Amino acid sequence: MKRFIARHVGTLPKSGIRDFFEIVSKMKDVISLGIGEPDFDTPWHIREAAIYALEKGKTHYTSNLGLVELRRAISAYVEAHYTVSYRPDDEIIVTVGVSEAIDLALRALLNPGDKVLYHQPCYVSYNPSVALAHGVAIPVPTRADDGFALNVEDIEKAWQPGCKVLMVNLPCNPTGGTCDRARLEKIARFAVEKDLIVLSDEIYSELVYDNPHTSITVFPGMKERTIFLHGFSKAFAMTGFRIGYACGPAELVDAMMKIHQYSMLCAPILAQEAAIEALTRGEDSVKSMREQYHRRRDLVVRRLSEGGLPCRAPGGAFYVFPSVAATGLSDRDFAYGLLKAQSVAVVPGTAFGENGRGFVRASFATGYDQLVEACDRIERFVNATTPCSAPSSS
Amino acid sequence: MNPVLKLLIEGGHLTTAQMAQVAGIPEAEVNRHLEQLKKDRIFLGWRPVLDLSRESAAAVRAVIEVKMTPERGGGFNRLAERLSRFDEVESCYLMSGSYDLLIFVSGPSLQKVAGFVSEKLSTLEGVLSTSTHFMLRSYKEGSFLIEAAAPEAERLKVSP
Repeated sequence: MKRFIARHVGTLPKSGIRDFFEIVSKMKDVISLGIGEPDFDTPWHIREAAIYALEKGKTHYTSNLGLVELRRAISAYVEAHYTVSYRPDDEIIVTVGVSEAIDLALRALLNPGDKVLYHQPCYVSYNPSVALAHGVAIPVPTRADDGFALNVEDIEKAWQPGCKVLMVNLPCNPTGGTCDRARLEKIARFAVEKDLIVLSDEIYSELVYDNPHTSITVFPGMKERTIFLHGFSKAFAMTGFRIGYACGPAELVDAMMKIHQYSMLCAPILAQEAAIEALTRGEDSVKSMREQYHRRRDLVVRRLSEGGLPCRAPGGAFYVFPSVAATGLSDRDFAYGLLKAQSVAVVPGTAFGENGRGFVRASFATGYDQLVEACDRIERFVNATTPCSAPSSS
Repeated sequence: MNPVLKLLIEGGHLTTAQMAQVAGIPEAEVNRHLEQLKKDRIFLGWRPVLDLSRESAAAVRAVIEVKMTPERGGGFNRLAERLSRFDEVESCYLMSGSYDLLIFVSGPSLQKVAGFVSEKLSTLEGVLSTSTHFMLRSYKEGSFLIEAAAPEAERLKVSP
C-alpha cells in the first residue's frame, strides 16, 4: 500500500518517542514526568459554562471565525496582557487548538520549497507541520548555557535566501526557555530587515516565573508581519477542549480562514463557550495554578541539581531540561535506564530535535508528592550510574 | 471504633508516628487505617482553621439561602453537587425549613461573590430564588474562639 501514500507524508519520520511511550503505557506504578499537559482539571466554573451552554441548546455551527463574543473577549484579553490590539471582526480566528492555527498559517503562507526558520529543541510538531505544508524547515540552535534563549546571531547564521517564515515559541516546550526584551527586539529588527513573517506561538506565556512576558508583536514593524498564536490548553488547563486562536493582519487571517472554512468549518461551539468563561472570569484560576507551578519548578530544579543533574531554572512553561552528560549516558539510554530501574518516565531530548541530544525533558505538571518521589528515584538512578570520579592524588 | 478515627475526632494535632505510640499500634497500621478512612470517605482531608480577618488578603464570606425545584429521580442532588464544585463554595447543605440549600461561599471581593450569585447560581434552571447574607464578623471558627488569648499555663508546674 505504501505506493499510494503521498511522498511528503511517507517520508515524514515517526515521532521519536512513540516506541518509548509504548513501553511506559504497559508498565505499572510509573511516575510519568513525560506528559506535556497540566495535571489540573479544567477549573470547574469553565466546565460548568460548557454544561450550561449545552443545556441552553448551543449545539450549532458558529461563524467560521468563531463566536463574535469570543473574538471580542480575545481582543480585550490580548490587548490587556500583550498590549497589542486586534479587531474582533477580521483580525482574529478561533481554531481547534494552536496546532490547527500553526497548520493553517503555514499552509496559507508557504509555496512549495519556501524555507521556515525555527528554533530547536522545539515542540515535536514544528518540523512535520512545515513538511506537510511543502516547506523546508531550517533549525536554529538554542543552548543550555544561556537558558535556551533565542539569539539573533544564531538566526543570522542559519538564515539563507528563500527564508520566508520565522517560528518562535517562547516560553519554549521542551526547554522552558524565555527571551528578554532586548534579545527579542534584535530578533524583531532582523525579521523586518529580512522581510520575514513571524509565527509567534505564545501558548505558555501566562506561565512565566521570573520576568514578565513580552510578545514579539510589540516591536516596531512587527504587528503587520506577525501571526500571534495562543490558546487555552496550558494556562487554563483546557487541553481536551481543543481550542486556540490566531491574531494577525486581516489579509493573512482571511487566507487562514479559507483553509479553516473548508476543512474544520469552525471550532466546537461548547469549547468556544467555555473559552469565553475562561477569558472573562478565569484570571484567579490561572494565578493559582501559576503559583503552584512556580513552587514545583523551584523544588524540581533544586532537587535535580543536588542529585547530580545540572539543571537551570526555566523561565517559563512547566518543563525542566537538564543535561544527562554527567552520567555518561546518552539521553535515550538515560530515559530507558531510568524507566527500567526506577519506573520514572522522562522524554529523551532528541525527540525534540538533534539539538536536544544529551538532555531530557521532565515535566513538573505533577503533584508535589509524585515530584518528590520522582526526584528521589532520579537521584538514586544517577548515583548508581554516574562513573566515580578518579581519587585525588594527595 | 477505629483507633485512628478516635484520635482524629479528639482533634489533637498528632503525627502518624505519635498516633502509633498513643494507640499502641505500629505506624504502618496507622497509615493503613488512614488510607481505609479515606477510601470510605470518612476522613476527607486536613485543613487548618484560620482567622483570615487578621490577614490583609482577607476573603469576603457569605451565606446563601437557595430555594429550588426538586427534580424527578434525584431531588436536589444533581444541582447541589453541581453548585458544590465551584471554588467559591466552601460548604453546601440541604436544609429543612423555609429554603432548600444553605451555601457558604467566599471570594476575594464583594464583587466576586456577588458575581457568583448573579452569574452562576441564580441563572441555573431549577433555582427559584436566592437570599445572600454577607458575614460581618466571626466569633468562633471550627471550634476555636477567635478573640480568646492563647491559653496560659494556669496549672501548677508541680502539684500534690
